[in-house]
Amino acid sequence: MAGEIGHFSLILALAFALIGACVPHVGARRGDVRLMVLADRAVLAQFLMAVTAFAALTYAFVTSDFSVINVAANSHSLKPMLYKISGVWGNHEGSLLFWVLILTLFGALVSWRGKNLPLRFRSRVLAVQSLLVVGFLCFILFTSNPFFRLDPAPLEGNGLNPLLQDPGLAFHPPMLYLGYVGLSIAFSFAVAALLEGEVTPLWARWVRPWALLAWVFLTGGIALGSWWAYYELGWGGWWFWDPVENASFMPWLAATALLHSAIVVEKRDALKSWTILLAIIAFSFSLLGTFLVRSGVITSVHAFATDPARGIFILGFLGLVIGGSMALYAWRAPKLSPGGLFGIVSRESGLVLNNILLSTFAAVVLVGTLYPLFVEAAGAGQITVGPPFFEFAAMVLMSPLVVALGLGPLLAWKRGKLSRATQIAFPALVVALVAGTVLVWKTAGGYVMTAFGFGLALWLIASVLLEIAGRIKLWQAPKQALSGLAKITRAQWGMSLAHAGLGVMLLGITISEAFTSEQLLVMTPGDTATIAGYDFKFDGVAPVAGPNYTAVRGFFEVSESGAVLTTLMPEDRVYTNPPMNTTEAVIYPLVSGDLYAVVGEAAGAGRWSVRLYFKPLISGLWLGALMMMIGGLFSLSDRRLRIGMPTGKRSINNPATAKRKKWVVL
Amino acid sequence: MAGLKTRKQQRILVLSAAIATLFGAVLLVLFALGGDSLSLFLQPLDVKNKQVEAGQHFRLGGLVEAGSFSRDDDGLTYRFTVTDCAATLPVQFKGLLPDLFREGQGVVTEGALNADGVFVATTVLAKHDENYNPPGTLPKSADQCTHPDAVSRMGR
Repeated sequence: MAGEIGHFSLILALAFALIGACVPHVGARRGDVRLMVLADRAVLAQFLMAVTAFAALTYAFVTSDFSVINVAANSHSLKPMLYKISGVWGNHEGSLLFWVLILTLFGALVSWRGKNLPLRFRSRVLAVQSLLVVGFLCFILFTSNPFFRLDPAPLEGNGLNPLLQDPGLAFHPPMLYLGYVGLSIAFSFAVAALLEGEVTPLWARWVRPWALLAWVFLTGGIALGSWWAYYELGWGGWWFWDPVENASFMPWLAATALLHSAIVVEKRDALKSWTILLAIIAFSFSLLGTFLVRSGVITSVHAFATDPARGIFILGFLGLVIGGSMALYAWRAPKLSPGGLFGIVSRESGLVLNNILLSTFAAVVLVGTLYPLFVEAAGAGQITVGPPFFEFAAMVLMSPLVVALGLGPLLAWKRGKLSRATQIAFPALVVALVAGTVLVWKTAGGYVMTAFGFGLALWLIASVLLEIAGRIKLWQAPKQALSGLAKITRAQWGMSLAHAGLGVMLLGITISEAFTSEQLLVMTPGDTATIAGYDFKFDGVAPVAGPNYTAVRGFFEVSESGAVLTTLMPEDRVYTNPPMNTTEAVIYPLVSGDLYAVVGEAAGAGRWSVRLYFKPLISGLWLGALMMMIGGLFSLSDRRLRIGMPTGKRSINNPATAKRKKWVVL
Repeated sequence: MAGLKTRKQQRILVLSAAIATLFGAVLLVLFALGGDSLSLFLQPLDVKNKQVEAGQHFRLGGLVEAGSFSRDDDGLTYRFTVTDCAATLPVQFKGLLPDLFREGQGVVTEGALNADGVFVATTVLAKHDENYNPPGTLPKSADQCTHPDAVSRMGR
C-alpha cells in the first residue's frame, strides 16, 4: 500500500511541477498576479508530494517490505535501524528520490523565505525550479522507479553493501546532495534574472545566502566522504582523484568562485554577466556529476548502477539544461547593463583573480576527468588519468591563489594600494619564508615542495591573523583592540575563519603527505613495532560478534617512550548479508597526528598481517574543512544577509504597473 | 597605480588574464598528459595482444581466477591470476588486500610487468559497487565464463 501511495504521489508531484513550470511564466508575461502566485502553491504542493513519496519509501525500508524490488535488492531485515534508513538513499532509485525531495524543499524554502522578493521575480525563479523538478521526476518515473513491486516477494533482502554501513556514509550523501541541489537555487535565480533582463546588486544579495548554504553543505559532504575513505577503506588515503570524487569537487570549485564573484556584484555592481554564467556552470557541474556517477560511463572505483538507458536520459537532460541556459545566456547577457569600474589593484581584481584560478582549475579537472571518455570514444583503448596530473595542476593553479588570498582581503575596494597590503602582510611573508627554509634545512633539502606548501599554509594563516589585527588596530591602539574585536561583523569573521581553514587544511595535507610513516608487516602476539617513535605492541586477537557481522579484533598497545598512550583495536569484519569482509581501521588522533592501525588476515602460525601508520597533522584536513563550514555558517548568520533587505527596483517589484519590456517574450 | 579609465580597457585586461590562465592550463594539460600520469587500462587479452613491455605502468582489470590464490611464506606477498576468460596473467602483490578481494571477484590492479612476465601490482583497488559487479572487469566473452555475481541483481 505504501508503495502505491508513494508512486501516486510522484505522479501528482509531476503534475504540480508541470503546472508550476509553465503557468507562472504566463502570469509574469501578462502581469497576472494570480497566475504568478500559483508558483508558490505549486512548489509547496510538489514538496508535500515528494515528502509523502519519500516517507512511503522509508516506511517500506523500515518495515522491510521485500515486495518492493528496491527494498529487496538493498535491505535486509537484520540490518541496524540506522542503516535501514540510510539504505533509502544508499541506492540509485532512492538517491534520486532524495534528490527530488531536496530540490522541492529548496523551492519551498525560497517561496517561504523569499516573501520579500518581488513577486514577478520570485515566480520566475520558482518556475525554473519546477522545471528542474519535472526533469528529475520524469527520470525517476520512466527509468528508475523505486516503487516497483516484486511478485512473489522474497523472504529476505540482499542487504546493503557493508562498506556503506557506516555512520560517516549514512550522512555523506544527504550532505552532498544538499550541496549539489542547493546550487539549483543559484541556477534558478540566474535564469530568472536572464528572463527578466536585469541583474542588480540586490540580485546578488538574494543569491548569495543560497549559494553560501549550498557551499557549506558541499564542503561538509566532500569532507565526510573523504573522512569515510580515510578510515573505512583502510588504505590510509583520503582523496584519489577518482572521477566520482572529481564530480563533487568541480561544483565545489565553481560554487567557491560564485560566492566570491557574487560579492563583487553585491558591493560594486560589476562582473554581473560572469556571475550569472558561473551560477549556471556551478549547477551544470552538479548535473554532470550526477551523470558521471549514475551512468557509469567512466571506470571508477565507485561504480554505481550502470544502465545505458539512464545514462542517455541524464545526458539528454544535461544537454537540455546546459544548452538551454547557455543559449539564453548568449542571447540575454549582452543586454545586461555594464557595471562599475575598478583599478588593477583592488579588492575586485583580487576576486577576479580568484575566479580565474578557480574556474581554470575546475576546467582542468573536467578535462582530466573526461579525457578517458574521449580517448575511448576515439577507439584508442581504455586509459585512466592518474593523481600526478591533478596534483600537478592543483599545485600550479592553487599556489598563486593562496598567495593572492593572503593579500586580497587587505586591498580596498575600487582602488587599493599594493604597498599598503604588503606592508601589513610582511610579517606573514617572513614567517612563511623562515618556516619553509627551516624545513628544507632540517630535512637536508629533501622536501623542497613540502617546504613550499608548508610556507604557503603558514603565510595564509598568518596573513589572516594580521588582517584581523589590522582591522582592530592592534598595533596602533592596543587598548581599544578588544572593543574593536567586538565590532567585526559576522561576515568578516566568516571570511577569516574560512580562509584560515584553507590554510589549516593545506598544512594538514602537505605535512601528512610528506612525513607519514607506514609499516606493513606480519606480527606474532608479543611483537613490538616502532613507527615514528611510537611503540605498537601486538597483544593478539580475539573474536567479537556484532549485530550482523562477526569480526576478528586485534589489540595494539601503543606507548611513547615507555608511557602507555592507548590500546588500538582494529577489526576485520565478516558480514553475513551480503557475505563480505570489511576492514575497520582504528584511528587515535593525537595533537601531533593520527595513530592508525589495520589488522589484516591470519598469516599462518599465529601471525597476523597488519598495517600501521603515523600520519602527522592529518587532523588539519578535517579541522580545516570544519573551519570553512563554520565560516560559511557565520557569514550566513550575518544580520545584513537576513534582514533589512531593501526592496527591489520598481520595475520588477510592482507587477501591476510594470511596463513590460518589448523583448520579454516568455 | 592608475585606475583603469574605460570599460573597454578593463574588459581587455580581464579577458587577457583569463585567456592567459586558460592557455597556461591547456599547456599544463598537454604537458602532464604526456607524462606518466596517464596509464592504460588493459585486460589480460590486451596485454597479450599488445606485447606490453616489462616496466611499463598500466592498470589491469579482470576477474581473480578461482583456485589461483596463494600466499608466500612472508605472510604479506600474495599471488593470484587475473583472467578475462580469454587470457590470463599472473599477478603478485605485497600488501593488505582490499575488503572486496575474493576469488571470482572483479579487481583492478595497478603496476607493471616484471622480466618474468608477472604483473607486479603496487595497488589492488577495491571496487565498491552497490551491485557488486564493477565495470571494466567483466569478461569480454561472456559464454566462456560467467561472472559469479551476475545473478546478484534482482528482477531488473
